[in-house]
Amino acid sequence: MRRLLPVVTCAAMLAALYLVFMVVPTEQQMGIVQRIFYFHVSSAWMAFIGFFLVAGASAVYLWNGSRAADRLAEAAAEVGVLFCSLVLVTGPIWARPIWGVWWTWDPRLTMTVILWAIYVSYLMLRAFGGADEAVNRYAAVLGIIGVLDIPIIMVSVRLLRGMHPAVITRNEGGSGLVDPWMRLALLVSAVALILLGSWLMQLRARMGRLGEELAALRRQEEARHGEVA
Amino acid sequence: MRGALVIFRKDLSIEWRTREGVSSVLVLGLLLLVVLTVAHDAPPEAAPALAPSFLWATFLFTGLLGVQRGFLLERENDCLAGLLVSPIDPAAIYVGKLAANVALLAVMQLFVVPLVGLFLHLDLMPVLPALLVVLALGNFGFAALATLFAAISVRVRAREVMLPLLLLPLLVPLLIGTVSATRSVLAGGLALATDAVTVLVAFDVIFAVAGWLLFAYVVRD
Repeated sequence: MRRLLPVVTCAAMLAALYLVFMVVPTEQQMGIVQRIFYFHVSSAWMAFIGFFLVAGASAVYLWNGSRAADRLAEAAAEVGVLFCSLVLVTGPIWARPIWGVWWTWDPRLTMTVILWAIYVSYLMLRAFGGADEAVNRYAAVLGIIGVLDIPIIMVSVRLLRGMHPAVITRNEGGSGLVDPWMRLALLVSAVALILLGSWLMQLRARMGRLGEELAALRRQEEARHGEVA
Repeated sequence: MRGALVIFRKDLSIEWRTREGVSSVLVLGLLLLVVLTVAHDAPPEAAPALAPSFLWATFLFTGLLGVQRGFLLERENDCLAGLLVSPIDPAAIYVGKLAANVALLAVMQLFVVPLVGLFLHLDLMPVLPALLVVLALGNFGFAALATLFAAISVRVRAREVMLPLLLLPLLVPLLIGTVSATRSVLAGGLALATDAVTVLVAFDVIFAVAGWLLFAYVVRD
């Protein structure tokens, strides 16, 4: 499985790139820049998967104190933030020529940036909270609260003024993806990015495990030196 | 339930003896409002439109400090450890602390809201009942999350910056809801604010229950 995942990820990524740049017809109204949409939307899906995994793994960790669950939560948060950042970078590249601005406080954009901030603060808590074991528990509590916040954020941003319904719906399925190749390209891109995210999470969780083993060995070594002295 | 009441009365009597928390929070609220109004320098006719955002931005930043203070007090002389070995359920500690924070924030609101009316030329008396509903919902939702995260932030390194860092992104939906509801109330009444009030009620219920359930994981050692 560990050997297989990188290979499958590379194959899916190449297939996605081929479909996006060689096969899919150019969208008539938006032109070439529309092609960024396939990776933009797929990244958003992967970010959501990451954030929900954080909550699930955090709940398991609080339930039974499993180290593996805690490491998975950390890995999923990092990968989720990475893909959420990709959404926030690819979005403006598309928005600038289409909307004429890099950024607007449209409900969906607002939601993405709030989510990003929540999970960046999660990573900061882990990074600067201290080496105490309890920090993992605090992070787990934040991971669960964060996912509970998602539906409330989704509803609350609709209260914001200055919506751009016409532009947003053009970005949606239906009207935007008339060509069946477009739908296939989106599907393959999503699979490719989800595989990439899973691979990164697996690597990150393994890195966390090796780091813990190393720390344990160091402690053992120090204790032995202490006895000799 | 009795345990929660004991904690609530303990926190309020500490506060009553020094009045340190209330007074510092009140002055800070006043200063923030002055800073916001002076920085914006709006013409008199445009001022009322700013009231909802000024009110809730002031509430958020002042409240952060007020709530954090309540837990910093528990750190002195290791009071929190004493609290945890007492025969009181952690969930009851959360409820007691939450109630004390709501009371502190309510006092702060009673002071800040008339100031907003004064500074921004608003007659708040006709809309007072509806406004009180929005103030109470915003207060409770804020306190529900802030009580939980204040307990976290005072126990980690980098604690001064940690509470706003963790809380502000989570509180954005509450801010959107309260500002939108306040704007509707000032424009006519609660009937215009159904969507916003729904958001606030959902926020309050979800995070009060979550805080109540999760607080034990934060304070246990």
